Parts: sequence; C-alpha cells; structure tokens
Amino acid sequence: MNTNYFTSEHQLFRKSLRDFLDREIVPHIDEWEEKGEIPVSAFNKLGQMGYYGLGFEEKFGGMQTDIFYTIILVEELNKCNSAGTAASLLSHPTLALEHLSKNGSDFLKTKYLEPGIAGEIIGCLAISEPQAGSDVSNIQTKAEEKESYYLINGAKTFITNGVKSDFYVAAVRTGDKGYDGISMMVIDRKSEGVQTNRLKKLGWHASETAEIAFDNVKVPKENLIGEINKGFYYIMEKFELERLILSTGALASAEYALTYGLQYMSEREAFNRPLNKFQELRHRVAQLSAELECLKAFNYQICQALQQKEDVTKECAMTKLLCTEFMDKLSYQVLQFFGGYGYMEEYKAARIFRDSRIGTIGGGTSEIMREIIAKSIIG
Amino acid sequence: MKNYYFNEDHELFRQGLKDFLNKEVVPNIEKWEEEQRIPKEIFKKFGDMGYLGLNYPEKYGGIDADFFYAVVFTEEISKVFSGGFMAAFAVQQFMSSPYLMKHGSDFIKEKYLTKAISGDAICSIAITEPNAGSDVANIRTTAVRDGDYYIVNGSKTFITSGVYGDVLITVVKTNPNEGFNGISLLVIDRNAEGVSATKLKKLGWHASDTAELSFDNVKVPVENLLGEENHGFFYLMDGLQLERLVGAIGGYAGSEAALDYSLQYMSEREAFGRPINKFQVLRHRVAQMASEIESIKYFVYHCCRLHAEGEYVVKECSMAKLLGTELSDKVMYQCLQFFGGYGYMEEYKMARMFRDSRIGTIGGGTSEIMREIIAKMVIDDKSYQKSTQTPIINTKATNGSANGSMNNKTNNQKTTTMSYESTFNTMKEKAESAQPLGSVLKLNFGENRIVIDGTNGANNVTGDDIDANCTVDVSLDDFTSMLNGDLNPMGAFMSGKMKVKGDTGVALKLQTLFS
Ligand SMILES: Cc1cc2nc3c(=O)[nH]c(=O)nc-3n(C[C@H](O)[C@H](O)[C@H](O)COP(=O)(O)OP(=O)(O)OC[C@H]3O[C@@H](n4cnc5c(N)ncnc54)[C@H](O)[C@@H]3O)c2cc1C
Ligand SMILES: Cc1cc2nc3c(=O)[nH]c(=O)nc-3n(C[C@H](O)[C@H](O)[C@H](O)COP(=O)(O)OP(=O)(O)OC[C@H]3O[C@@H](n4cnc5c(N)ncnc54)[C@H](O)[C@@H]3O)c2cc1C
Repeated sequence: MNTNYFTSEHQLFRKSLRDFLDREIVPHIDEWEEKGEIPVSAFNKLGQMGYYGLGFEEKFGGMQTDIFYTIILVEELNKCNSAGTAASLLSHPTLALEHLSKNGSDFLKTKYLEPGIAGEIIGCLAISEPQAGSDVSNIQTKAEEKESYYLINGAKTFITNGVKSDFYVAAVRTGDKGYDGISMMVIDRKSEGVQTNRLKKLGWHASETAEIAFDNVKVPKENLIGEINKGFYYIMEKFELERLILSTGALASAEYALTYGLQYMSEREAFNRPLNKFQELRHRVAQLSAELECLKAFNYQICQALQQKEDVTKECAMTKLLCTEFMDKLSYQVLQFFGGYGYMEEYKAARIFRDSRIGTIGGGTSEIMREIIAKSIIG
Repeated sequence: MKNYYFNEDHELFRQGLKDFLNKEVVPNIEKWEEEQRIPKEIFKKFGDMGYLGLNYPEKYGGIDADFFYAVVFTEEISKVFSGGFMAAFAVQQFMSSPYLMKHGSDFIKEKYLTKAISGDAICSIAITEPNAGSDVANIRTTAVRDGDYYIVNGSKTFITSGVYGDVLITVVKTNPNEGFNGISLLVIDRNAEGVSATKLKKLGWHASDTAELSFDNVKVPVENLLGEENHGFFYLMDGLQLERLVGAIGGYAGSEAALDYSLQYMSEREAFGRPINKFQVLRHRVAQMASEIESIKYFVYHCCRLHAEGEYVVKECSMAKLLGTELSDKVMYQCLQFFGGYGYMEEYKMARMFRDSRIGTIGGGTSEIMREIIAKMVIDDKSYQKSTQTPIINTKATNGSANGSMNNKTNNQKTTTMSYESTFNTMKEKAESAQPLGSVLKLNFGENRIVIDGTNGANNVTGDDIDANCTVDVSLDDFTSMLNGDLNPMGAFMSGKMKVKGDTGVALKLQTLFS
C-alpha cells in the first residue's frame, strides 16, 4: 500500500527488525506456544536491541521516535504467526512502560522505566478484576494509606505476563466508590503477600495470563504513579494508544493470514485446478482484501492524528471495533480455505483463528467501543 | 479528527456550493422526482457557477482546480436526498465529459466540451446494451465507415440522461470481428436523425431519466470519433476509475446524510417514554455504521489522493466502489428501520434514500465485477496500465494551489484593465445598490484598497484602511476581470488568485455584489 506515513528510515528500521525477529523469535514460536509462555530472555533481547525504548525519553534510555516506529514494531511482531507472542512481548512497553513514562515520577522512572526499557525487568498492567472488567470504575482492590506505605488487598485477573512480571502497574482503590477513587501504583511482584496463578485459555498460548491475589501487600508511598485518585483518567488517556496498537495488530495479523491463505490456495488442487481458480473463493479474497486495505488507510490516518496530539478517542474506538471484528471474520474465512487442514495444527490457520478471538474482548469489548462511539455521536 | 485532505479554500468552496444547492436544488427535488426530469436550466445554472468544469482547463471554460474540489462537489450533490439528481450531475462531469477532454480533438472540445462545461449541453455515456452490460467487450452496436461518416446501427439501454440529454458518448463496434479490440467511442447528437429514445420506468433514481436508445442508420461525421479507432475499450477502462471513485464518494456521502437525518429523527421521536436514541441497540447500530462510514470515507480519500497524484489505481478504485456502494445499501436499510412505519412513507426521505441506493452496486460495474478485478490483481498479480493518451485530465494534487486564471469564458479576450479610480467608482455603484453586507469587507490591491462597510444598514464604500471582518487580497487586474464578468469569483478564489483572510462567510457575499 502506497502511504505517506513511512519514510525510508522507517523502512530500514522495519527491515532490520524483521531480520532480528526471523532470527531470534520466529524459530522458537512453536515451542513457546507449547509451553504456554515466553522466556524472559526474549524480553531481554528486545530490550538490548532498543526496541523497548521507542517513543520514550532519552534520559531513561529511550528514543524520541514518532508513532510510526511503534506501529512497525507492532506490525512485524504480529507477523510472526503467534498473536500470543506479540501480545506478551508488546504489553510490557505499550501498557506498563507507557503509564510510567507518562505519569511516573523520576524516582519511578529511574527504578522501573529505565531497566524496563533495557529489557532487564518486565512489567505489566493490572486493571481487570474478577468482578470488574468493562466497568473499570468499579474495581475493588483496596489500597489503605498507612504511615509510610499503602496496604493492598484484593485480586486482579486476566493479566498478561502476570506470573513472570517483576512489577505491576496496578489500578487500586484509594478513595470512594466510582471514578474518582482510583489510583495507579507500582507493585513489586516479589513483595510479600502476592500470589499468582496462570490461567488456561482458548488461544494466545504463548502469552501467559494470570490471576493475582494481594494479601496485605505493603507498597512504598513513592510507588504512587502521578496524583492520588487520578488513576481512572490516566487509564482512559492511555486507551487511545492501546486501542490503536490492538487495531494495528489485528490488521497485521490479517495481512499475514491472508497472504498465508493465498499461498495455500495457489498450491492446493481440487477438481483438477488450484483452489485459487474457483470464483467463489476468489471473490471472498477480493472482499477481504478490499476491507483490509480500507481499514489500513483509516488506521494509519488515526495514527497520524494521534501523533499530532489530536483528540481521537472516538476514532480509536472505531478502528479498534472495526479491525478486531474484521480479523475474526477473516480468520474464520481463511481457515475455511484450508478445508480439513485448517483444523489441524500442522498448518497455521487453526492458531490464527483461535488467537483472533480475543481481539473483540481485550482492551475494551466491541460493545464498550460502540458505547463510546454512540456517546460521542448521540450524546 | 482533523481532515488532512481539505484546506480552508476547499471548505469555503463547499459552503458556497451548499448555499447554492439549498437555493437552487433542494426546494425543487420533490418536483423533479415527481416529474422524473431535471430541467435544462438547472444545468446552465451549475455551468454559470463554474461547477461543471472543476478539473478542466480554462481554455474550455473550466476552473482548473485540484481534484479535491471534485470530491467536495460529489459529496455535496450526494447529500441532497436524491440519487437521481446526483446521477445526472455525476454523469455530466465525471462519467461522460472526461472522454471529450481526454480523447477529443480540438474540434470536439470546442463543439461539445465547452458546452458540457457551460451547462448548455447535457451529456450521457452510452455503453450498456440490452445484451451486454458487465461484459462490455460484447457490445453489438456497429459503426460502419461510409465516406466522411460512420453509419451507426444498434441499441443501448439504461442510459442516464439519454431521454432529455443532448450529447451521447456512444460505445460502438468499428470492427465487429474483434472483441475489445474493435471498440470505438463516437460523439453522437441526441437529436440526430435515426436516434430514438424510450424512457424506462425504474425502482428509484426518479429524478434521472434513463433511456433505451435505438440507432437506425444514424449518420455520424467522422470527426466525431474520440481518439483512435478501435481504442475505445481502453479509454473506457481508464475513465472508469474516476467513475468508480465518484460512485464510492456517493456511497459514503449519501450514507452520512442518511445517518445525520436519522439521528435528528431519533432525538425527536419517543417510544416507551424516552427518545428512541436512548435505546442501546439502536445506539450501537449507529456506532457501528458511523465507524464503517468513517473508515470507508478515509479510504476513499486515500484513493482520491493517489488518483490526484496521477497514479493509475485500478485496484484501489475498485475496492472503493465496492465498499462504498455496499455500505450505502446497508446504511439505508438500517436507517429506514430507525423510522419505523414513517420510514416507509414518502413524507420522510428514507424511502427515497433506500430505493435510490439500490443501484449503487450495479451501475458503473457491479460488485461482482469489482471483485473480479480485485481478485485478478490480488491473486493473479495482474496489473493494468494506463492507456497512453495525452493530454490527461487535470488531476493536480491538492494544496498545489491551482495556477492560471479562472476565466470561464471561452473566448477570453481580456478587457483592458480599469484604473483604480474607475474600479472604485464601479464598486461603489454596485455596492450601494446591493443588499448591505452586515460586516466590513476589505479588497486589498496592494497599494490601494476598497473597503465596503455594510454595518450601518447600507454599504458605505471608502478607500480608507480600516479594520475589516474579512480581507481579500487580489490584484487590481484580476479584480477588474471579475467586475467585467471575465473571471468567476469562485474560480479566482479556488485558483489562489484571490486570497481570503478573516471571516470567509463575508467573502462569499462578494458574489452578490457582482450579480
Ligand atoms: C487473554 C486476555 C488478556 C488480558 N490482558 C489484560 C491485561 O494485561 N490487563 C488487564 O487489566 N486486563 C486484561 N484483560 C482483561 C480484559 O480487558 C477484559 O476481559 C475486558 O475488559 C472485558 O471485561 P470482562 O472480561 O470482565 O467482561 P464483562 O465486563 O463482564 O463483559 C461481559 C460481556 O458483557 C458486555 N457488556 C459489558 N458492559 C456492557 C454494556 N454497558 N452494554 C452492553 N454490553 C456490555 C461485554 O461487552 C461482554 O460481551 C485480558 C483479557 C484476556 C481475555
Ligand atoms: C439506473 C441505471 C442507470 C444506468 N446508467 C448507465 C449509463 O448512463 N450508461 C451506461 O452505459 N450504462 C448505464 N447503466 C447500466 C449499468 O452499467 C449496467 O446495468 C451494469 O453494468 C450491469 O450490466 P447488466 O445490467 O447488463 O447486468 P449483467 O451483466 O447481465 O449482470 C447480471 C448479474 O450477473 C452478475 N455477473 C455478470 N458477470 C459476472 C461474472 N463474470 N461473475 C460473477 N457474476 C457476474 C452481475 O454482477 C449481476 O449480478 C445504468 C443502469 C441503471 C440501472
């Protein structure tokens, strides 16, 4: 696709990243999918290469790059045929580090952001709870203010990298019920009273997903991120980028899957001709390609607008909604192109299909996206 | 989100166009739909405003503006709640007359193109035949050379503006033994002897007349051939890209209009004690449609930019046409549902929007044909080359700021420039007899200026440099051309000859001073 968004520097970056991924990541994917997690060494390597510093302050080891470098990282990681791997490797910088960089104190940045960018420690974002997913304002995990620390009690669930992470960027209740009683703080996983448990799930097998229990966990006061009781707003602010990353990931996976499907269709024969000669299948490919190109153009446009600091809350919800739903449709249809082989682990269509299914749930469900859009249009 | 494709000048143009449509078109739609005909005078009015020659050279009366003016034009004519109206004007400027420009000889341009641009001639493109629609290569209408004439025999069908129009750009077989290599384009006068038309009854697009045409030994002068003999098929394939973009724009713009219209209704209509826009399922449907409209709109803009940059984007245009028109069908169906029983009544506009939309996925290449093209390009790596023809229609990129003057008189014999004094006196005379502006407008000629202060119930004209709500920078030369009627103010503005600062609404009123 011909776009105005990527310069030759971007293309160079993409190429060297691709080489790195093909060398260091892709060969291990099947093993990681099997084991249900990615080794810490993979995070270390991405950090050493500087990939975790994109867009962050130089002072802490980052690089003040534009958003399209981040987009390239997201796209290429999502073309390794394991959306779980991409999710796990990306949630550290794009969820945990983003919050620290945006609102953290210099103390927190030195202690967590800097080694995080270097890939020496791993962080994750812990918001969802057993009783509060879509309704973030309803989280219950309590942080009681004591003399020199906060005392944390409660539970989180569905947390990506929750078992192996060194620290959690967690949403906790420091005030009354509702939006205005939530704060963000850094909790060390090794603190006394933290317990984790890995959850079994449909897809994203390489990504570890955890439930976490906090039982009288002491957190130093300086671990508060930004201001007290402002957590909800920090979360909402970061949703724009988070959603763009999810939509970008969905589109990259879609492109990968479609290319993969096309390759198969050119090789497989039925009734004495390659599959790609059947008009019905051809038209499905045409339709999917058209929708893919369309969403890419839309998504890049929003990236550019976010880069220019425009308010794109509505547009990010729109693209997250459209791209993740599109990916579900595409992964369903691509599997169909493979017939019985599509159902077998020997080919990649099965994994693509199950990995896609989380798209319309994580990072705000499709229903919540439509709520946001409807509010902004209708009021 | 800010729109990166349109600048202030485009928006000002849009505002002027909207005002024009609201005055000249919207109040008459119902009548035209009823009478199944758009009066000729309205084409002339569009021509007078320069709206029919947006991307054509000044030499032929065009405005020579960048392609995004055409995008604005198409968007706005798609929002007057009459697909039939939109069709007639889209065919005029984007689907028929471009062939005159791209492939016509000087003779043809002088004789036909200038009239298409001035609105004196209504143009049609006649491709489809009773037995050949999607399969264009299979047309049967023949043109046999006989001395200085072609003798044309055959029939065409579904031809927009073919009943009341003037000029038929007709696709004929000049070599019946060949498929697409035997096709040529001829310009045929609608009232030439042997041409007859039947008006077809149809589901929607009521304001647009659709003809079945028959050609019975019609004598067409050889100089009416467009380009080279037997090259017609390639000219068509080339021209269809623009046609498809226009179809795509019509798709999302019509959808936008329908959704806005529905939102208004939903905020007023109550059920179970609350406005219906409070019901979550309806809200979510709105959200879903708005997202799809927005994404397709930006994709089409992206395609338009590529097109404007002169790229031959067959795949993207086909994708845009496919998505835009299918979107429209979906949106119209769902919006009609928001209106309940009223949606089915002619009292509201949804019924018309619904039936008008249904042609989108058929005309200009069906959805299935779009998918055929896309599949060939994506699966078989087929690529399409532009037919090598010059000159290419003006598709300057946006923001490049058009050059040249906006003269919309063909025989541009510039009247000698008036002095500042006589310009001042003329303006004074015109302004004092016109409606008061209600604000202060300054015309800046560099050295000196004319200031029209219309704040005190009358237009007071001075040369004093006082603060103004709106300042227009223009050369005295160009300004006198405007006064003489040699230069269209809207055109001057689009070409950058006239620069507007401050409240642009005030500048729009300049037009009233000239009429
Ligand atoms: C693999 C995976 C990884 C994840 N990683 C993380 C992570 O790293 N950090 C983190 O904090 N969270 C994470 N999540 C959690 C994710 O963000 C939540 O699952 C999501 O926000 C939905 O919340 P829920 O599961 O509680 O669903 P619920 O909120 O219980 O929703 C259930 C259903 O009700 C619908 N619904 C809810 N409210 C409305 C409404 N107002 N109108 C209409 N329908 C409604 C929802 O759309 C959904 O269909 C992860 C989830 C998964 C599955
Ligand atoms: C209101 C209106 C205005 C019009 N204005 C004009 C005009 O101004 N000038 C003009 O020249 N034409 C005009 N048309 C004609 C229009 O371009 C044709 O109707 C269109 O190209 C389809 O051709 P057809 O109607 O012959 O359908 P057919 O070609 O007979 O197609 C019938 C069906 O078969 C499908 N089909 C055909 N080929 C294939 C294939 N290879 N694979 C799969 N499916 C296929 C089609 O998609 C369609 O669904 C107009 C039509 C209408 C209804």
